[in-house]
Amino acid sequence: MRLTTQLLAATALALSLGATAASAKTLVYCSEGSPEGFDPALYTAGTTFDASSATVYNRLAEFELGTTNTRPGLAESWDVSEDGKTYTFHLRPDVKFQTTDFFTPTRPLNADDVIFSFERQNSADNPYNAYVAGASWEYWNSMAMPDLIQSMEKVDDMTVRITLNEPNAPFIANLAMPFASILSKEYADQLAESGNEAQLNQQPVGTGPFQFVAYQPDAVIRYKANPDYWAGKEPIDDLVFAITTDASVRQQRLLANECQVMAYPNPADIESLKGNSDLKVLEQEGLNVGYLAYNTKQEPFDDPKVRRALNTAINKQAIIDVVFQGSGEVAKNPIPPTMWSYNEETKDDPYDPEAAKTMLQEAGVENLSMKIWAMPVQRPYNPNARRMAELIQSDLSAVGVDAEIVSYEWGEYLERSKAEDRDGAVLLGWTGDNGDPDNFLGVLLSCDAVGNANRAQWCNEEFDAKINEAKTLTDQAERTPLYKEAQEIFKQEAPWATIATSITFMPMRSNVTGYTQDPLGQHWFTGVDIEE
Amino acid sequence: MFRFILSRVGILIPTFVGVAIVAFAFIRLLPGDPILLMSGERGISPERYAELQTLLGYDRPLPLQFWDYLTGLLQGDFGNSVVTRRPVLEEFMTLFPATLELSLVAITLAVFIGVPAGVLAAIKRGSWFDQITMGAALTGYSMPIFWWGLLLIIFFSGYLGWTPVSGRISLLYYFPQTTGFMLIDSLISGQEGAFRSAVSHLVLPGIVLATIPLAVIARQTRSAMLEVLGEDYVRTARAKGLPAFRVVSVHALRNALIPVVTTIGLQVGVLMAGAILTETIFSWPGIGKWMVDSVFRRDYPVVQGGLLLIAMVVMVVNLAVDVLYGFINPRVRAR
Repeated sequence: MRLTTQLLAATALALSLGATAASAKTLVYCSEGSPEGFDPALYTAGTTFDASSATVYNRLAEFELGTTNTRPGLAESWDVSEDGKTYTFHLRPDVKFQTTDFFTPTRPLNADDVIFSFERQNSADNPYNAYVAGASWEYWNSMAMPDLIQSMEKVDDMTVRITLNEPNAPFIANLAMPFASILSKEYADQLAESGNEAQLNQQPVGTGPFQFVAYQPDAVIRYKANPDYWAGKEPIDDLVFAITTDASVRQQRLLANECQVMAYPNPADIESLKGNSDLKVLEQEGLNVGYLAYNTKQEPFDDPKVRRALNTAINKQAIIDVVFQGSGEVAKNPIPPTMWSYNEETKDDPYDPEAAKTMLQEAGVENLSMKIWAMPVQRPYNPNARRMAELIQSDLSAVGVDAEIVSYEWGEYLERSKAEDRDGAVLLGWTGDNGDPDNFLGVLLSCDAVGNANRAQWCNEEFDAKINEAKTLTDQAERTPLYKEAQEIFKQEAPWATIATSITFMPMRSNVTGYTQDPLGQHWFTGVDIEE
Repeated sequence: MFRFILSRVGILIPTFVGVAIVAFAFIRLLPGDPILLMSGERGISPERYAELQTLLGYDRPLPLQFWDYLTGLLQGDFGNSVVTRRPVLEEFMTLFPATLELSLVAITLAVFIGVPAGVLAAIKRGSWFDQITMGAALTGYSMPIFWWGLLLIIFFSGYLGWTPVSGRISLLYYFPQTTGFMLIDSLISGQEGAFRSAVSHLVLPGIVLATIPLAVIARQTRSAMLEVLGEDYVRTARAKGLPAFRVVSVHALRNALIPVVTTIGLQVGVLMAGAILTETIFSWPGIGKWMVDSVFRRDYPVVQGGLLLIAMVVMVVNLAVDVLYGFINPRVRAR
């Protein structure tokens, strides 16, 4: 009898627990892959950032969701010195770190956490500089932070001062990037004491909207809403990432309501998803541009007339239809339309084979033959480079230009295409990191980048002067016209044929509300709710 | 018997070294450089590239790198993944139970359906049952796994809604992974419906992964049975007036099983290869998917370590089969 009573009691308890679980709001997101780890500064993959920086962590500055503009985050405000070199950050008071099964914070966020989060990436002396084997802090280095930052100091508990070697307008945007996430120094110290440093990368603690619960590699990541979140608790209670690598399977899971939001659908399935009344499909231009870069140091491509003639010969709309199957749009500028300072006024070279022939004749070019490099991999800005190259090849042959398609293994392709004496035009593209125009124009088209990321090997003094000036100004309103002028020069000079910007689709159940697409390509669940 | 086992183990050692060399060389022969692939379009400065090479030890001469690798192996150190920076062995051990569970289910399905089907087809040679079974086996054998898996998902999960689409268990259930085997863990957890959910998640991937071994085993059993059924001793047994069932199960099947057991052992390799695709379709968190990702990223330590570990599993299973063979067929021991 006693046993029966106990059993009944246990069942009742189980049932009531079950009932609580059912009334808690759980959102399941079908993600595309496993995170490499949970310390975003160690890695470069968007999948990793979704699972760490977008959920668990905050940064001093944040991107205003849905735009590439920055807004205050863990820093309530900041002052920039007259010379643009000194940034003083005033931290938000009473920001609590997450209380989890594995860590209970004793103090709110302070300057030590900020200094720790950056210092560990910057200084080989920091005990956390090499806390996982082969830690290389890729973004910190590739955003040139070591060269940029002269010093970091704690002014008082709530104030941090960072001094730069030179004025750098994208600095605030850099600090909103995943690698600049703020970790708890208290947690790191506790782990170091117990000799368990690697846990920092496996069981993250941050100040963000969701806190980490558990991870099963290649299967599932579980989070719950951070009850102490400084900006208020999220509407959903539990967030689950169901890792599903195959796009068709993700779609089936969404249809079966096993997940409510899915990442990266197959372009071919968009129409049928849109037609399903249980679903809705959000769409937005990606922060990327796919291009064909001529080698402007090679004859006859050193002549802008020739480059523009070839641009005129390429039927970009056909590429959008065939290669992107509608999940892209024609690009006319070297920066994507979601980026601030995008120049609406520039005129794209129209598709006109006859005009192209005449332009080539005027430039004195006959029987031109060239190489087109086709990437061996899929990228958002170019889902099928081989097919794209074939279409361009046939467009060019229509104006009497004979093109040969070449390709190499991806790592090799990236290296060889940098060479200043490279033979031929290269298909490539770029996905923005920090939403700053300099991240496209400076990285890809400045004179400094020739022989490197500047695949067109194009150095134009006028263009360079504009972007260099814009980089030193901190006021967006002053920078915008300079970037717009730079885009005009680019269009006239045509070092690239700008081909396409992808469109990112986010299918979800129709009762999911408040989801905002991020032009920077991350997936955020702040403000997301499920209607009953 | 002991000598026999010892001689088999002796063969494993050179095989192991051979696999280590092949695994090491194979991934390096593929064009592609893990550092360049990691930096992607972003590119990397020559100084930074050199730094990373040193950090990862790729600037050392290949024979030295191999030596480091071998000495590490002897101490049980398979190196760290270039991508996740976590120890290869740790990653393997986390993921392997999932692959093992799926493979065991698949091979069980394949044996328990394949052997009886083969036996029946042999007895009723030329009948409609034989024709259909062998036709189905041939179809199963030639079916591309990826397509077959998706077809089953679309029909059973999408259209009929009988089975879950993918994963190992419904996301509603959450309990610690004590053994790594979902069937066992879900039982231990005591959560209502967890075990049922785990079983239902195994059905489709189990079928998909079992398909090829099942076809092979059925065909092998049939042909071995046909051969044995024509032997004199089977005719004698029949002539003695033994019941048909006894003739088939004791006199014929036991002898026919010898090549079938070998085949089953060899299927372990096939299972491991099939697991790669099956796991990808069903989002099954095992080593197959892990290997595929690593090859694309040229994650040298994971590819070479993973290959070696998988090879070890296959070798150990085949050793077990050889030993088992000795029990079934005393003639092997005698030689």
